[in-house]
Order: sequence, then structure tokens, then C-alpha cells
Amino acid sequence: MPHIELKNICKHICRDVSLEINDSELLVLLGHSGAGKTTLLNVIAGLADYEGSVIFDGVPLDKVAASKRKIGYLFQELVLFPHLDVASNIAYSLKAQKVHKEKIRHRVDSLLKMLKITHLSSRYPKKLSGGEKQRVALGRALACAPKVLLLDEPMSSLDGQTAKHLRAELKQLQGELGITTIYVTHDLAEAEEMADRIAVIHNGSIEQLAPPDEVFFYPKSEAVSDFIGAPNILDCDCYRELEQGVIEVSCGGLPIIVAHEGNAVQRIALFPRDIYISDTCPPGAGVNRFKGTVTDVRYVDDSVRLDVQVGEKKLVTELPHHIFDEMELAVGKEAYLILKLRRIRTYECKCNHNKRG
Amino acid sequence: MKWLKKLRPGWGLLPIVIMLVLWEVIARLELFPGQFFFPPFSTVVQEFYYLTVNGVLGDNFFSSLGRVLIGFIAGSIAGILVGTIMGWKDIAHKALNPIINMLYPIPALGWLPLLMLWIGINELLPITIIFICSFFPVLYNTVTGIRNVDKDYIQAARTLGASDARILATVVMPLALPNIFTGLRLEAGMAWRVIIAAEMVAIPTGIGALMMKATNTMRIDIIIVCLIVLAVMCLSFERFFAYLEEKVTAKWR
Repeated sequence: MPHIELKNICKHICRDVSLEINDSELLVLLGHSGAGKTTLLNVIAGLADYEGSVIFDGVPLDKVAASKRKIGYLFQELVLFPHLDVASNIAYSLKAQKVHKEKIRHRVDSLLKMLKITHLSSRYPKKLSGGEKQRVALGRALACAPKVLLLDEPMSSLDGQTAKHLRAELKQLQGELGITTIYVTHDLAEAEEMADRIAVIHNGSIEQLAPPDEVFFYPKSEAVSDFIGAPNILDCDCYRELEQGVIEVSCGGLPIIVAHEGNAVQRIALFPRDIYISDTCPPGAGVNRFKGTVTDVRYVDDSVRLDVQVGEKKLVTELPHHIFDEMELAVGKEAYLILKLRRIRTYECKCNHNKRG
Repeated sequence: MKWLKKLRPGWGLLPIVIMLVLWEVIARLELFPGQFFFPPFSTVVQEFYYLTVNGVLGDNFFSSLGRVLIGFIAGSIAGILVGTIMGWKDIAHKALNPIINMLYPIPALGWLPLLMLWIGINELLPITIIFICSFFPVLYNTVTGIRNVDKDYIQAARTLGASDARILATVVMPLALPNIFTGLRLEAGMAWRVIIAAEMVAIPTGIGALMMKATNTMRIDIIIVCLIVLAVMCLSFERFFAYLEEKVTAKWR
């Protein structure tokens, strides 16, 4: 399967985009609507004119028509041919390439079996559910054994449970077939679940290209940080294991208890919404409770974000408007924070040294 | 209750039966001024029988049918071909659309005086009229059908390795079929209406000509026979294409 290189691609919002996708890799293009994700897919597929160069294994494809690029493209709307039944939809590319009838039958049968839709072979798309349509579209895209698979928000029309199930199957399938795959989504959780690496695209340019954990814990720019939800990211100075699966890390003097198993923890992260804030001291004893001073209050959409200085560290918290209005929180006032233990994400040290405390 | 469902199509005939009975009664009771101007239904049936037995109706009917079939088939094929080219190729659309837009509103019968001078009064005249009557609407519907096909289907077929010709044949034309069938269905009925008018005005044979002769001899029963034949043929042609459309597209629409 090819190693893909995009060089200085210019098209619509995409300006001078360069990107490399490794052989057999599943790269997720992550970004807001209108960021240029689908445009990039269309460029790779040859469905749009563009400036720059698309290179597969060192061979430029810029003058190669879409029909000759050997790409499997799963469109956001799936675009199954309504006048063809499931088997004919899947067989479409094979017929277009004038493959022998017997071979087409075998290939279609094996794909129907692999995707567990053999019983649907003679149904028309209008009689399929969302998940079934998605499988058929995937089968159609895979039928001619493409070198590259492009998936444009393929789960966007499915309910959460079906999408989760299909994502797992898709990931497994991609691993087995080893097809170089580009998966477009605007959903961070989906991206983290699927990706070998994530390319965060913002306003037509690649802001960061890294493995999922690295994107989350080391966002390269404010745009990336904002996109992933602007989590509080804290460096850990040292850690000690309290019991099996529970450790205490020290972040700039703050002792924070974290659920974690594995290597040493280098960073922890927590979304602002996962830090409980109050103007009065919560009753009872508990873990991860801190007292600090409010240093900033910002109104963001339907919520309020507060910066709270706790020792050397600044933590950002978030709470709904109506709750904020009921509290006496303002700049300079004292605030009590509780960090939700189960919501704290950890980034393991990739090096060998463990900073045990 | 299945037998009730089976009976349902029969209920559609009931208003027609009631109308025929009323017609017979009104004519027999001479509620209209005389049976001469408003013959009873039974007289019309009797005349239909005579005209059929002596071959007059058959000869004229088949003359009209032949003209309609030749003109309609040729016009439709030409309409689909030109419409396909115009729908698929932008340059053809840009070049031909203004001309089509200018000619399409002219009623088919509006061409009759010109064609009488150009072609003369012979078999080609009604066939040409039917050709024109069928060509423009079928062309218009074909162009609309093709241009309305979602571009995503074309893009999808392209990424699946299909050539332009294959995309046209296997994706675009099948998806444009509902529109094309609409054109064919409407024009199949219209062709009969136009041929009758053309035969009444300019051609000495056919159902229209028979009607004209009946008018001259004040044979109202024959006129009504001709009108019934016309109604049945219009309906049959339209129903045939509706059936064909259903057969071809219903399973996926």
C-alpha cells in the first residue's frame, strides 16, 4: 500500500498544505466543519482541480484521472446507487474494470461475508438501515482492492452505538487489509479511537500532525487546544503509587490523585468542565480538593470559564451560567475546586526513567 | 377481506356505468332536443359494431395508429438522444438550449401550415407533426432528468473507476428515467390528440378524417364512436407508460 505525500496543495480554503501519510497508516483528519477536510480528500481522489502535488510511492498522480487512481472513497452521504441492489453496488467498480463475471461473483460474495451482509445482497438501498448502508458503501469502496481508502465522516449519520460498533470493525479491517487510510471527522473521541496519527486541520492548514495522545497532551497551537476542548494540562514532577491502579502525582506542588496503571506519568489533563468549583468549602474530606483565588472570569457561549490560581498553577474551570449566577464568584475571590478523579487523563512517559517520589 | 380488495378496481368503473345509464335514459326520454343530436349509448354501440364489421373504423384506426406510432417513436428516440447530449455535455446545452427554448412553446399544430407547404399533403405530414409533438417535451424532460442527477453519484462512480460513457449508461440514465418516463407518458396521450386534429384539418384518412366526414354528413353517432376510440387510445398509451415506469423504477424509488 502506498506512502502518500501531499505537497503544497492549494484548493479552496486549503493553502499550501503538505502532509505525509505512511504506508498502511490510518491517519485521521480532524477539524471543524469548513476547515478543508473534504477538500483534501477530493484532491487526493482527483475529484477536484488543485495546485500542488499528490504523490503515491514517489509517483505524482496530478495528471491521473480519478477513475485511474485506485482509491476507495466512502462519501459522507454514502451515495449508494439507488437503482442497484446491494450486490450490484458492490460489484460496480469490478464491472467498470471489466473483471470476469465469475471473479466478480466471488469477490462480491467474500465482501458480503466479511461485512456480514450476505442476507442483504438483493435489497435496494432504500430498504437498508443506516448501519447496513454504511457497510454496503464500505464494501463498494473496498471491492476493487484500492490502494488507498478515503473515509469522509462515515459515521456521521449513525446512532452512537452503531457507530461505535462499526468503528471497531473498521479499525480491525483496516489493520488486517493494511490499506493506507485517511479518515475524516470532527469528533475528537472518534479520532482518538481510530487514529494511528491525527492531523488537526484548521482554516485550511495542518496545525499539528502527531499520535492521538501527543495531540491531546501537547497541543501545538491555541487552535488545536481550543479544538480539543482547551483541557488543563499539567506537568508531573514526581509520582508515587498509593495502591494498585491509584497513584499520586505532584504537579507544581499540587498533590493530585489519579487512577492509572502502567509507566510513569509525564503529564495529566482534565477538561475545565471536569473541575467542580464552589464559593464555599465543600463538606467532608475528599481527594483532589484545592483552594485558590479566581483570577479571571470569561463568558463562553452558554457557560462561564474561570481561571483559578492554586499555588503555582492556574486551573481553568467551567460551569453553566445559571449555576455561576447563584454563586458569589468573582475576580479576587476565594474558590474551592474538586478535580474529578475518574476524568483525569494521563500521558505516560515515553522514556525509561521513572520520576518516583 | 381479500375478496373486497380484489373487487376494489371494479369500483372505478361504477361512475362510468352510471354515466352511460344516465346517457341512455336522457337520450331515450328525449330530454335533449331530439335523438338525432344526442343519440342513446346503445345506438352508438350499434354504430361502433357496424363500423367495425364493415372495416371503416379499422382502416381509419390503423391509419391513425401507424402515424402515431411512427411519429411518436421517432420523436421520442430523437428527443432522448438530443436530450442526453444536452444534459450530459454543458457545451451542447449552452449551444442548443436557446434554440430549444424558442421552439418548444410553439404548439405542434402551429407547424401544420408551414409543413403543408414544405412537405405537401401526404403520409409524412401527420408523422412529422407527431414527431414534433413528441420530440420537444421528451427532450426537455430528458435534459431535466439528466441535469438533476446528484453530482455525488457521478463522483462516486468516477472514484470506482468508471469511464464517462459508463457513468452515463449505468448511473445517469437510470436515475434520469423517472423524468424521461414522465415526458413519454404525457406525450403518448398528446400524440393522439394532435393526430386527430391534424387529420381533421389536412389528411383524408384516419380517425380525425372519419370524424370530419361524420360532421359533414351530420352523423353524431359516428363522431361519438370516434371520440370514444380517441379517449380509449389516449388512456391506453398513458397507462402503458405509467405501467412501464412502475415496472422499471418502482423497486428502487
